[in-house]
Amino acid sequence: MPPESLRCKECNSSYALDASYVCERCFGPLEVSYSSRDGADPAALKRRIQAGPHSLWRYGDFLPVAMPPPGTLHSGWTPLIRADRLAQQLGLEEVWIKNDAANPTHSFKDRVVSIAMARARELGFETVACASTGNLANAVAAHAAAAGLESYVFIPSDLEEQKVLATGIYGTNLIAVDGNYDDVNRLCTELSADHEWAFVNINMRPYYSEGSKTLAYETAEQLGFELPDRVVSPIASGSLFTKLARGFADWIDVGLLSGELPTFNGAQAAGCSPVATAFADGHDFCKPVKPDTIAKSLAIGNPADGPYALDLARSTGGTIESVTDDEIRAGIKLLARTTGIFTETAGGVTTAVLAKLAQRGEIRRDERVVVYITGEGLKTLDCARGTFETWQIESTVESFERAAERVGALA
Amino acid sequence: MAVRVKIPTQLRSATDGDAQASVDGSTVGEVLDALYERYGELRGRIAEDGGLRRFVNVYVDGEDIRFLDGLDTQVQDGDEVTILPAVAGG
Repeated sequence: MPPESLRCKECNSSYALDASYVCERCFGPLEVSYSSRDGADPAALKRRIQAGPHSLWRYGDFLPVAMPPPGTLHSGWTPLIRADRLAQQLGLEEVWIKNDAANPTHSFKDRVVSIAMARARELGFETVACASTGNLANAVAAHAAAAGLESYVFIPSDLEEQKVLATGIYGTNLIAVDGNYDDVNRLCTELSADHEWAFVNINMRPYYSEGSKTLAYETAEQLGFELPDRVVSPIASGSLFTKLARGFADWIDVGLLSGELPTFNGAQAAGCSPVATAFADGHDFCKPVKPDTIAKSLAIGNPADGPYALDLARSTGGTIESVTDDEIRAGIKLLARTTGIFTETAGGVTTAVLAKLAQRGEIRRDERVVVYITGEGLKTLDCARGTFETWQIESTVESFERAAERVGALA
Repeated sequence: MAVRVKIPTQLRSATDGDAQASVDGSTVGEVLDALYERYGELRGRIAEDGGLRRFVNVYVDGEDIRFLDGLDTQVQDGDEVTILPAVAGG
């Protein structure tokens, strides 16, 4: 099922498979369109997938680039973990954590960058670039280093230090922009017109976003080629959220899965919740906001795929929720203490929304729920500070016993 | 009131290749109308029902007009209006 063209999601105009992302007729977003899958044999497809590498490239039949070029960091095939202790705490029976922190640069962005960069190299680009809230910066810098490409990474200047350090180490050109992510994004959109660079999330965005579908394929395969009843996923631009649905839909279409799309719950931070607000207000468009939240990886005030995320939540009977910074910290703690997974703030948002939905009784007890954890706690360490106490002791047994007594007395 | 408008590559087939234009107007709406006057094809590409299509962003000196007064945002001599696709990023 090779890719056939880029197609406008709004007016259906079609374009060549180049580095372009906007419909010239209506300004709508372009998406990769594939040749017809009619007549595809699901059993044969399944065998091909199962014989593939343990990375996202096992889904080459559903991607715009079928094979990774040499020098590709192998992303994907991250663990899907049954989280019984978390489920029990929330009064649920079947909760799964898709831990996408287990990627080469510790976030789901390795998936999208893998696809965008592979296509950029096919198109002959020698320089890649991005506008990033942090995780993408890590991924672009690392994947460019592996491939031997020049890279330019643009970030807001107030980014977490861990994300800045984990980007610069790869030898990229790191540009801290005085402004928020939306300012960085506007600047990069302008720059993309003047430079012959592959901006992975701008002029390569149609290919880039396809990488997120592999999270749905993996989930379904790891569940034994079955669908979840419900997914809870963070929303920043809305691209991941909507492409998860596309991934499940692809497999329903070709007969690899049977059933309906899961219920889609989106998760945003209250300090940057343009999509959740539009959902609550019954709007089909998002009013941009100025972000103010600890969840910096989700701090996009002007979400490109907001309208499509709203459509998806509504059409699947889901919702889009927001949680406060305190709830985000509590979500990080809840996940860590029930599953052993330390997630960054975005995962705190997602876990907090799961907890909120469970407490409100919106999730039936017997539902199979998959929660998408998209990034690593070590990248947003500040959130762990002050949430526990360390016992300070001398190196003697007595000192330990005294401390134990003290703590016991406090309890 | 002369305002400089920056035109994105995706629209330049409607502007004879012009990357920018200087037009008169005291609000963003008037500036865009002056632009549509000059380049007839442009209106159909980015305007809809008297407003802008939903994937079009317009900035005045770097600020999204939705944080200002939308199409009623006042502009002054020397301001720069930038039209950009909204589908980037994330």
